[in-house]
Amino acid sequence: MATFSTNEFKGGLKVMFDGDPCSIIENEFVKPGKGQAFNRVKLRNLKTGRVIERTFKSGETLEGADVVDTEMQYLYNDGELWHFMVPESFEQYAADANVVGDSKKWLKEQDVCILTLYNGTPISVTPPNFVELTIVETDPGIRGDTSGGGGKPATLDTGAVVRVPLFVQTGEVIKVDTRTGEYVSRVK
Amino acid sequence: MADWRPSCPLPALKKRADVLATIRRFFSARNVLEVETPLLCRAGITDPSLHPFTTFLHQPGGSTGDRLYLQTSPEFAMKRLLAAGCGSIYQICKAFRNEESGRYHNPEFTLLEWYRVGFNLARLIDEIDALLAEICCDDLNLELSERFSYRELFREYVGADPLVASFEELAECSKIRGLPEAGELCGGDRSLWLDLLFSHLVQPSLGRSRIAFVYDYPAFLPSLARKKPDDPLVVERVEIFLEGLELGNGFYELADAVEQAERFDRDLVVRTENGLPLPAKDERLLAALRSGLPDCAGIALGLDRLLMILMRAESIDDVLAFPTARA
Repeated sequence: MATFSTNEFKGGLKVMFDGDPCSIIENEFVKPGKGQAFNRVKLRNLKTGRVIERTFKSGETLEGADVVDTEMQYLYNDGELWHFMVPESFEQYAADANVVGDSKKWLKEQDVCILTLYNGTPISVTPPNFVELTIVETDPGIRGDTSGGGGKPATLDTGAVVRVPLFVQTGEVIKVDTRTGEYVSRVK
Repeated sequence: MADWRPSCPLPALKKRADVLATIRRFFSARNVLEVETPLLCRAGITDPSLHPFTTFLHQPGGSTGDRLYLQTSPEFAMKRLLAAGCGSIYQICKAFRNEESGRYHNPEFTLLEWYRVGFNLARLIDEIDALLAEICCDDLNLELSERFSYRELFREYVGADPLVASFEELAECSKIRGLPEAGELCGGDRSLWLDLLFSHLVQPSLGRSRIAFVYDYPAFLPSLARKKPDDPLVVERVEIFLEGLELGNGFYELADAVEQAERFDRDLVVRTENGLPLPAKDERLLAALRSGLPDCAGIALGLDRLLMILMRAESIDDVLAFPTARA
């Protein structure tokens, strides 16, 4: 794998840091007028999702990480593993609960997600930004309520719980933003 | 190609023109002479942390020639003018530094540099304060400026003494303050330790809605400042900060040609150790110092960064018509 110098650290570059694959978020050049140059770098550990800040001497290098993001269709969960498929090649990958993490509550069969592969093995799953899921349980709301106001919790068919407006009922399909976990709208 | 357009909004051009006019008015009222010195210089800079652009001078029809440098600052040429007896002078010019690009750095930038004959550092600080107050009064509501010694600030924000703390102590303080990598990064290089800790832990807090002057810098940090007569560990140097940004660097100027030559030699040793190019020492500056530099204090201010603060800009590109990427 190639090595990259601090001047090549751009947002999205995948590098190895402390033994884990990381993605560069931000790279700021810091240099006193009379003094030595540094790069203050923000990285996301792709395995844990944690964001780390580290300072490097300008010109230091990190090894590149063999990390690729691949679009895959979510197939099913066998009770232990989540199975995905690359639609073009029918190639299948399995990910365990550690890798799927919080994303599991947004995974609906047939939806296309992004799997991050490190050395060919899935290390994280990113659900689509918006998913359409069915409400399996929510308190009956008061008719005539508008979408403003407090709302109520609703359990979705994937097990996720989101706050929805009072007028939304069990059995309805809603659109949810997976990045914030917030209700967006009803789906007709 | 959409990048034929300026990268700054048009009001930034207007603000720049206003600032330049204010500066010229300010110095004209004080009888400080505006001068121009070459951007293309024959002598390089020895400071190991500066990387000059180089080019070659060809005589008409020639294809080989002498190496020339784009100036990293007009300091040496202006000191030669001072030694020639021109009195107090100022200059607004471009300076060039390779390997410096980022939110606060463009490889080509605008400096205001001025020298006051007969001023000590305290008087120069008063004048900087007055000039900045005039430049900033329309856009910023600045409180009265503050003055701190480097050592006192460092102790407060880092928790250790910059001059005498052991490297273990500095590493310990860094760990507590969120820089666990500092020990490995800086090892036994005290000037690197100080550059890292000051820029990361002290500087971001400096000059919040007021100008902060920091004086009495450690003597081993590179500079062209005089040693303080009553404290050989520090030099007569001041740095100016506003909103966490370093705006400028001033000295009670070193006038001793022998000591200046020694500092050049020390720089060249560091350059040799680090495999950096070895420029010739500026013999014309040394000759000027030998002939006699009047007692003076001088300062360089980065005008692009000052404009960033006035315009509340996020990046230096937001105050430049054409940053190097679209030059």
